[in-house]
Amino acid sequence: MGGSRERISAWFAQGIGWANRGWHPYAIAIAYLALGTAMVYTSPRSLVGFLVFASSALLIYYIRLDKSAKLGLGILIALVLVPILGVRNIFYLETIFQISVFAALALGLNIVVGFAGLLDLGYVAFYAVGAYLWAIFGSQQLYLLEAIPGTANPDTPFFLPAGAFYLFIFLGVGLAALTGILLGLPVLRLRGDYLAIVTLGFGEVIRVLANNLDKPINLTNGPQGISPIQRPPLPQPLLDGLNAVLKPVVGHNISQGEFYNLFFYLAALAVILVVILVVHRLDDSNIGRAWTAIREDETAAIAMGVPLVRMKLAAFAAGASFAGAMGVLFAASRTFVSPESFSFMQSIGVLSMVILGGLGSIPGVIVGAAVVVILNLQVLQGLSLYLSELRQSDAVIPIINFAWKNLSTQLDPAKYQRMLFGLILILMMIYRPAGLIPAERRKRELRSENNVNLDDDNQASPSSHAEEAHNAG
Amino acid sequence: MRRVFNSQTIREILRPLGQIVVFVTASGVVLSLLILLLALLLRGSAADQATIERNGMDIFTYTLVNLPQVLIDGVTIGFVYAAIALGYTMVYGVLEFINFAHSEIFAIGAFVGVEALIFLESAGMLSGASNLSAYLWLILAILLGMIAAGSVAILVEMSAYRPLRHAPRLVPLISAIGVSFFLQDAIRLIESLTTGQFHRIIPTFGNFDERFSLASIPYLGTNINLDIQVKSVWVIFAAILMLVGLNYLVNATKLGKAIRSVAQDQATASLMGINVNRIISLTFLIGGALGGAAGVLYALKFTRIDPFVGFFPGIKAFTAAVLGGIGNITGALLGGIVLGMLETFAGSYLNVFTVGAFGAEYKDILAFGILILVLIFRPSGLLGEQVGQKA
Repeated sequence: MGGSRERISAWFAQGIGWANRGWHPYAIAIAYLALGTAMVYTSPRSLVGFLVFASSALLIYYIRLDKSAKLGLGILIALVLVPILGVRNIFYLETIFQISVFAALALGLNIVVGFAGLLDLGYVAFYAVGAYLWAIFGSQQLYLLEAIPGTANPDTPFFLPAGAFYLFIFLGVGLAALTGILLGLPVLRLRGDYLAIVTLGFGEVIRVLANNLDKPINLTNGPQGISPIQRPPLPQPLLDGLNAVLKPVVGHNISQGEFYNLFFYLAALAVILVVILVVHRLDDSNIGRAWTAIREDETAAIAMGVPLVRMKLAAFAAGASFAGAMGVLFAASRTFVSPESFSFMQSIGVLSMVILGGLGSIPGVIVGAAVVVILNLQVLQGLSLYLSELRQSDAVIPIINFAWKNLSTQLDPAKYQRMLFGLILILMMIYRPAGLIPAERRKRELRSENNVNLDDDNQASPSSHAEEAHNAG
Repeated sequence: MRRVFNSQTIREILRPLGQIVVFVTASGVVLSLLILLLALLLRGSAADQATIERNGMDIFTYTLVNLPQVLIDGVTIGFVYAAIALGYTMVYGVLEFINFAHSEIFAIGAFVGVEALIFLESAGMLSGASNLSAYLWLILAILLGMIAAGSVAILVEMSAYRPLRHAPRLVPLISAIGVSFFLQDAIRLIESLTTGQFHRIIPTFGNFDERFSLASIPYLGTNINLDIQVKSVWVIFAAILMLVGLNYLVNATKLGKAIRSVAQDQATASLMGINVNRIISLTFLIGGALGGAAGVLYALKFTRIDPFVGFFPGIKAFTAAVLGGIGNITGALLGGIVLGMLETFAGSYLNVFTVGAFGAEYKDILAFGILILVLIFRPSGLLGEQVGQKA
């Protein structure tokens, strides 16, 4: 048993060694990427093709390539292949858009939870602040303050020109950061678990406010939500020009709606890039080190002169500001916001992405967002479709003699996201608290921890080891 | 032979009863005076005009006439919160850990109790049952809810919390949030597979919906009615029983001594021959069972339940526990009563006092506002003592 296992792992290691030698990685990466692209291009609805394509990005990240080659392939995927393939099957563009939105949100939350170790259970509140900011100013709402919800005249002019969207991305950043600071000032002195509950409460407060601020003045239009919200203008000549280039590749004329999907995908990508740049620069800066110190041991951090409240506020504001930007983007892309989009479940969804990918790890968080969104949009919905097909068929489960027709229509896996998030959180905490792709710093810590344990004569207790491995946040 | 009713027993039974009376009276009187003062100040304002138009009486009379009912409702809901808060407080006292899944344990209790009653109804046992047998069936439903909720609580502790006991404190909290979400959908899955829907409504039986009048005081042409629903009496009675029972268990029995010693110092307790794991499981069992009973009582009071029913009562009970001083049984009681009253006052008068600008929906925010204020200004709660932070 053990022998064969060793042989397999040796063979495996050899394989990886071969794959990472000389020109091999380049050939493998390009071939795999080409395969995925071809599969999605020829059969746009195949899930397998999509997964091969998505995993090629991961392969490129892991295989031993030149930094510039990796960057080049990444840019190729993000800016050329995804838009083309996405427009061929708009459903995948939606999936990828959602992945990029949630990746940006998760990266923002990662600053708060992963770097500074502050568990924020109301993160979507900041997202809601951004979304409602543009929803109120970018729609007719400000002319309807006195109107009863549902009675608005559709001919009411818009309050601001659509181009103000670009300005409002920055205003969203500012307002969300301000909200983060205002919330943070009183509560950041609290201990970790209390802070979690208070942020949860804050998230609910924002949701209840959005639900009820249709009176005394109709600011949010209550549970019905605000619609329509303007999108930034796309100049027609540009669309025509792009269509001339893309039409032969895509195979059909690209509609304005599809261009908007592309636009918002690229905008989300831009936010992700900014987050990554900021986070990367922060990680080894004074602030980043202060955050790590706070996360590992608050008391020691204070003793070392880390300005605790200021650093926590910085983390809170930084995380909130990205959510604010994504909120503005979200409101414009959907042209509709309602309080439902900002429930506690959304906060936990984003948290489960961060936990799944790995606290503090940028590639991990992006992969976590991708996995959760794909599970949500593809796997669970696929299962739902499959079950409803079974329900319409005459199939019967043999041994227990159960006709699929009798299956309750309530059994709709697409609606069981809570179970998915819950399982991710429990299983990751118990079996892999550092996440799928642990952060570099954490990896280094784990390695040195193991060495210490090997050298140590007085047998460190397993619990203390687990404690170190768990220093999740 | 050991005397069953020694002085300590009697003291531990009488003390919480006395506390309940004091807390209910004190918070009732203080809040009533405040609201009446507010109503006096608002005389002649727009709110006053609106009340005269709608109800034919000025705002002060309106407030006074409704006050007894608001107080009774507040006390009822306060006791439900207190019963749930006991579960948070027990676990927090022993493990310093917020059992986020307690709200779902509560929901499980509610579902099992309601399903049992629905089953009894379909078996024809409930229709035409005499009041006495209706009470017995209710007690049976509560017991079943307690058993189910207690066992799930133990199961959750062993599978999701025990492996993480020595991890940093946020790790088990995240796991508990996961358990909470998982259980919500698990209830929903089981309910929708077996019954085709996931909302359940408690059957009407016995005389629980009847009101009996305590008094009717004539006042300026109208009557101030003091009446109470039978089910509210049951909720209050059962909650008091649980509070007294738990207080007795923790403060006057050997088991309670073991629980307190584990709460104080796990390592030393285990050196004294206490099986720490067993005590922790027992804590979850007791907290879960109390939560389950509270769930059935909640269903009795509010009739309709769904898998997400636990979220708001859970958060509010947690607020109540923090308000009173988490880890402290008396504190949970005080916090529950104060919060329940505040919330009912807000729900009943906010709409009238603000001329409809802010409705009763804002009472859900109120709990969070109180939670934030308490945590900022007095994190140890009303009755808690200042404790150092454990790393």
